[in-house]
Amino acid sequence: MEFTEKHVEGLKDLLYRMADDLLILGHRNSEWTGLGPILEEDIAFSSMAQDKVGQSLALYEILHELGESDPDTVAFTRNDFQFHNCQMVEFPIGEYDFSLVRHFFYDHADALRFEALTETVFEPLQMVTKKFKGEIKYHTMHANSWLKQLAHGSEESKIRMQQSINELFPYALGMFEPSDYEQELMESGLFIGEAALQQRWLDVVVPTLESYGYTVPTDAAPLFGGRKGVHTEHLQPLLDEMTEVFRIDPSAEW
Amino acid sequence: MKILSLDPRVTRENIDVETRDGELQPLEHFETYEVFEQRKRGTHHVHVGNVHAPSHELAMVFAKEQYTRRGQCVNLWVVRTSDVFVTEYMDSDIFETTASKKYREPDSYKVIDRINAFKAREAAKNA
Repeated sequence: MEFTEKHVEGLKDLLYRMADDLLILGHRNSEWTGLGPILEEDIAFSSMAQDKVGQSLALYEILHELGESDPDTVAFTRNDFQFHNCQMVEFPIGEYDFSLVRHFFYDHADALRFEALTETVFEPLQMVTKKFKGEIKYHTMHANSWLKQLAHGSEESKIRMQQSINELFPYALGMFEPSDYEQELMESGLFIGEAALQQRWLDVVVPTLESYGYTVPTDAAPLFGGRKGVHTEHLQPLLDEMTEVFRIDPSAEW
Repeated sequence: MKILSLDPRVTRENIDVETRDGELQPLEHFETYEVFEQRKRGTHHVHVGNVHAPSHELAMVFAKEQYTRRGQCVNLWVVRTSDVFVTEYMDSDIFETTASKKYREPDSYKVIDRINAFKAREAAKNA
């Protein structure tokens, strides 16, 4: 079918959601570098943070081909209200339980979103999702292994993990905030839509957590806003820090 | 702060490793796992190092990141270090051999001479 302007707008909105989530969470998770609980985990978590920033670059490049500004300009010169990331990814890293649960919720959603997009009619995006398949599979393996381990670690570890699950779940549902283009994305075969993705995510995340012995507050109401540029007070300071060097000389060649 | 051990948890929990009674408990000190990497299907797994981990599953997750990032790898093994049996260096004389047993070693067969002779013949033929 022919793409109308609305289809392209919907596609761009989808790409911004994905890329901004990856950039912001990649930056957040990199704050653990040097502070991880043990050396091996420090290296693994830092490496996955870098993967996320790399994946965001690939998506910003597609946006550039669709007429948006170049990746550096898009990543480093927007203000918080111009970002499409969900609110969950912008919270400070907190304690390690919080960061691990966020990583678990986010990376399963990311894996399923990429998997769904291996069938998108928009070929450049299809190529990107195939390219990162192995990386993302490792991220979910890592997340599952920790969630399982800490469910059986000590009484304290289980309580802490459960608290973070309860705290983050409404924000995790916010990842699937509907866009203004759901109909266009679905009818054109560009994307399965946020509602279908959320169902796939619940089908994976809920039984997995329950099998480890956690409970999932499935009746929680989703907390929306991020996808429409409504953010918490935590995003702008993150952007200020992330762009600090870039802003000294935006025209510098790296 | 005094660093008590290279394992950061020992310092954080302020565990007295010198004078305390009994072994460190599993949550105070992770075990080590030995990591073996296979570069290509059908070849041997080769020992590449070790990782600290609380379980086989996480040892695998860590090993992937520590040891396979820059090379090619198709398969990993992790084995709890305490499950590896080792010989004593004081027994290393068991590996010694005597000159009179030379005939049992593959290198005592003079096959290399015959290979070189064959190569020389082939070269002469093609010359």
